[in-house]
Amino acid sequence: MSVRGRRAELLIGACGAAIGVGIAALESGEALVLAATATGGRAAPAAAADLPGCATGSLNLVEDGQLTVGTDNPAFPPWFGGGEKNKPWKINDPATGMGFESAVAYAVARQLGFARDEVKWTYVPFLKSFAPGRKSFDFDINQISYSPERARAVAFSKSYYDVKQSVVVKKGTPIANVRSIAGLRKYKLGAQLGTTSYQYIVNQIKPTQKPGVFPQNTAAVNALKNGQIDGLVVDLPTAFFVTAVQVPNSKVLGQFPAKPGGEHFGMVFQKGNSLVGCVNKALDRLKANGALKAIERIWLRKATGAPVLQ
Amino acid sequence: MFVVAIGVLITRSPGWDEVKETFFNWDVFKDSFPEIAEAFLLNVKIFLIAEIFILVFALMLAVLRSLRGPAFFPLRALAVVYADFFRGVPTILVIAVLGFGAPALQLEGVPTDVVFWGIVSLVLVYTAYVSEVYRAGIESVHPSQDAAARSLGLTHGQSLRFVVLPQAVRRVIPPLLNDFIGLQKDTALVGTLGAVEAFNQSQIDASATFNYTPYLAAAVLFVAITIPLARFTDWLVARDRRRQLAAAGR
Repeated sequence: MSVRGRRAELLIGACGAAIGVGIAALESGEALVLAATATGGRAAPAAAADLPGCATGSLNLVEDGQLTVGTDNPAFPPWFGGGEKNKPWKINDPATGMGFESAVAYAVARQLGFARDEVKWTYVPFLKSFAPGRKSFDFDINQISYSPERARAVAFSKSYYDVKQSVVVKKGTPIANVRSIAGLRKYKLGAQLGTTSYQYIVNQIKPTQKPGVFPQNTAAVNALKNGQIDGLVVDLPTAFFVTAVQVPNSKVLGQFPAKPGGEHFGMVFQKGNSLVGCVNKALDRLKANGALKAIERIWLRKATGAPVLQ
Repeated sequence: MFVVAIGVLITRSPGWDEVKETFFNWDVFKDSFPEIAEAFLLNVKIFLIAEIFILVFALMLAVLRSLRGPAFFPLRALAVVYADFFRGVPTILVIAVLGFGAPALQLEGVPTDVVFWGIVSLVLVYTAYVSEVYRAGIESVHPSQDAAARSLGLTHGQSLRFVVLPQAVRRVIPPLLNDFIGLQKDTALVGTLGAVEAFNQSQIDASATFNYTPYLAAAVLFVAITIPLARFTDWLVARDRRRQLAAAGR
């Protein structure tokens, strides 16, 4: 990770630490009880009011007594933060509680009645998250977009984030002057494998050249740096990370209007797992009391303000 | 009988329905097949172009290695080092290093096209393997052939060209085909550079539908080209044998 990335990480970490405490209080929905601990995100010791029908002891879990959450490795900002702490996690350790998805996972866990140390993270490569058979996790949170085809193979939670796609380009290249979707059509675009970004390119932008599709984020970013693709289509928060840290001299050209029906991230569960109902209740409560919006404001604060390409 | 036993074991297992739905879904197969077949054309293009260069370079390398005399030691050593190195490094590493590294140097005139670097990497790696196959063929030709050629006044080069190599190459047609088939599969590795070839396309479809049947569609295509090629080679070898025996019988 570059030095710039490290500094950005520490800054975000410090802010998150201070605010994380406040968030914990918001989540519990009770009188503010601020725990005076040094590490960020430590929850107030008072337990959240139970969700109806979702007593912690009655939940359907892969391992009793703990909530096993899966995500991919490396864990990129702004979805995860806090830097590398424990193996095998690269770039960020999900267990720090920092980063948008880590914060959401811990917030949901608290609603379900799990303490901080009862949440265990496990590495699940994206292509494995929908493999048949018993899952190794209770839910997988990894910027996975809901689609009806995908929902035939796994169960999705309700939305925890509504996604906008955007395009990153290098400054000073011809594509950097484009102001509309039609203008993008003659350029070579790229996206990461398995993302709805790729589908957005194929279904909504419809370029004349076949786009490049890369197995990892780092390969796609490299292709942009090397000029092997002219524009990289990624979701808006990731785009800000790419321009801030990964590709010097790049910018977010713009964000795209949502495709018909919109696009949202959901957590992935084993098909038929009753846990999804309880997680949905938890998400409903977090939306109702403003905690989810607050988490979004802290970690995805920068993911606004890009012009909309039509 | 054994196959039936395995078949029964698989279909009676508790997870079979889910696996059948995930790997053998006919609707997903039908939907994804056209795109994967189109992407497969890129694999075909890659291995056809690569194979031409591989056959030529590998022969040159094998001949270099067979040169006798102390003056040619540096060339022989180079050939040995090359063959050892490129057989030792995993193909996917060569592709990753060249495909991501060479364009990053940002030198004038160096192409950045990922398909170009994919073909270059495959040529480098397979030349090493195929040169050893040629070498085996050359060494299997009885030394009396070369001795007879030299005694007739042919130079080493002429002996190779007119006597040894024609026999050597005919002998190693099956192993050459083996490596060609291997090359066809390894074109899938170029997908890691971002080129949308059949395997990459099947991964795209699999992650869009959360179903693994597209992998099966890609596999069907790869097998479909292998079988005719294998039968063609059998025919080629049989025809060659017929000619040899016919000549001997005269």
